[in-house]
Amino acid sequence: MRGLIKQSTAFREGARDMSVVAPGIAAWGLVTGVAMVKSGLSVPLALIMGFFVYAGSAQLAALPLLVAHAPVWLIVATAFCVNLRFVIFSAQFRPYLISYNFRKRLLASYLLGDLTMVLFLKRFPKPGVTKEDIREQGHYYAGGSAVNYLAWQCAQALGVLLAAFIPMSWGLGFAGIVALLGITLSLINDKLTATAAGVAAMVSVAFVALPLKLNLVIAIVASISLALLWQAFMDKHGAQSGAL
Amino acid sequence: MESTTPQIIDAVYALITAAGLTLVTIVTRGFFILPKRSLTLPKRVERALKYAPIAALVAVIAPEILLNTTTLGPAWIKIVAVIPATGYYYWRRGILGTIMVGMGVFLILRAFT
Repeated sequence: MRGLIKQSTAFREGARDMSVVAPGIAAWGLVTGVAMVKSGLSVPLALIMGFFVYAGSAQLAALPLLVAHAPVWLIVATAFCVNLRFVIFSAQFRPYLISYNFRKRLLASYLLGDLTMVLFLKRFPKPGVTKEDIREQGHYYAGGSAVNYLAWQCAQALGVLLAAFIPMSWGLGFAGIVALLGITLSLINDKLTATAAGVAAMVSVAFVALPLKLNLVIAIVASISLALLWQAFMDKHGAQSGAL
Repeated sequence: MESTTPQIIDAVYALITAAGLTLVTIVTRGFFILPKRSLTLPKRVERALKYAPIAALVAVIAPEILLNTTTLGPAWIKIVAVIPATGYYYWRRGILGTIMVGMGVFLILRAFT
């Protein structure tokens, strides 16, 4: 069965499309691996965390919290918020997977990354109807996720192993912060989201003296509440949201 | 001798966190896929979904960039590095390039101060 998949054209097409962006994925993984060790995770712990979590932005967001010895529930809650865009992806992806059994759906959803979703939806804007269509889509997804997974995991492991040779004083953990900034900027596309970001920044900094990184909770709650209130106000009064 | 080993994060704490994070990965990515029956969320929750990732990401990185920290150094260097990185992002829209610009300015400033 496995051998047949590798021979399928859809699988190879998926792998090829993903290979084009694989260098970017690898660099991203490398940065994450280095940042994990530079923040204080030992090499074995970084390898384990990187291998199982398979979510770059959640891993990077967790690092400052781990350094500050924040409680586990807070790290998990923050990572959950950071990963909420995947909840939206999973809603978009569901129609393609309903014919699969639970184990396949578990594997397929676990492997769902930003680029995997983007490339797959570009190739297949509509879910398959016939058995052949569904199989073709499954093979394409398998090819794409395989390349994504390998590129990411290998680069990340390499980053973890090489990080030990880089002095702490270089401050390379900053690469992780800039990466998160990039993701944040990609999510900000109108006045409302920009304001939410601004509020979160100010509140988070204002309450930074609180123990256990509680400034994060307050900032997240304040930011979302304000954004929802403003959006409700604008819906009522029919104003534009001011796209940037 | 230059220190290459940072402070060590406690292993049990890290492993429990890693387990929790793995769960987050599985739950968020499988949220609408794993259940047999399709779910519907209340409108307000759907809207909150849009702002939560931004709020969480900014809440985490804002203090790291805007304040002096032990791991990453003085705030002014980080702020100055972030400006061209942001500019690059809006010019080219590539995260990789953004990281390189930000890190480049950051490392140069650190080398000369």
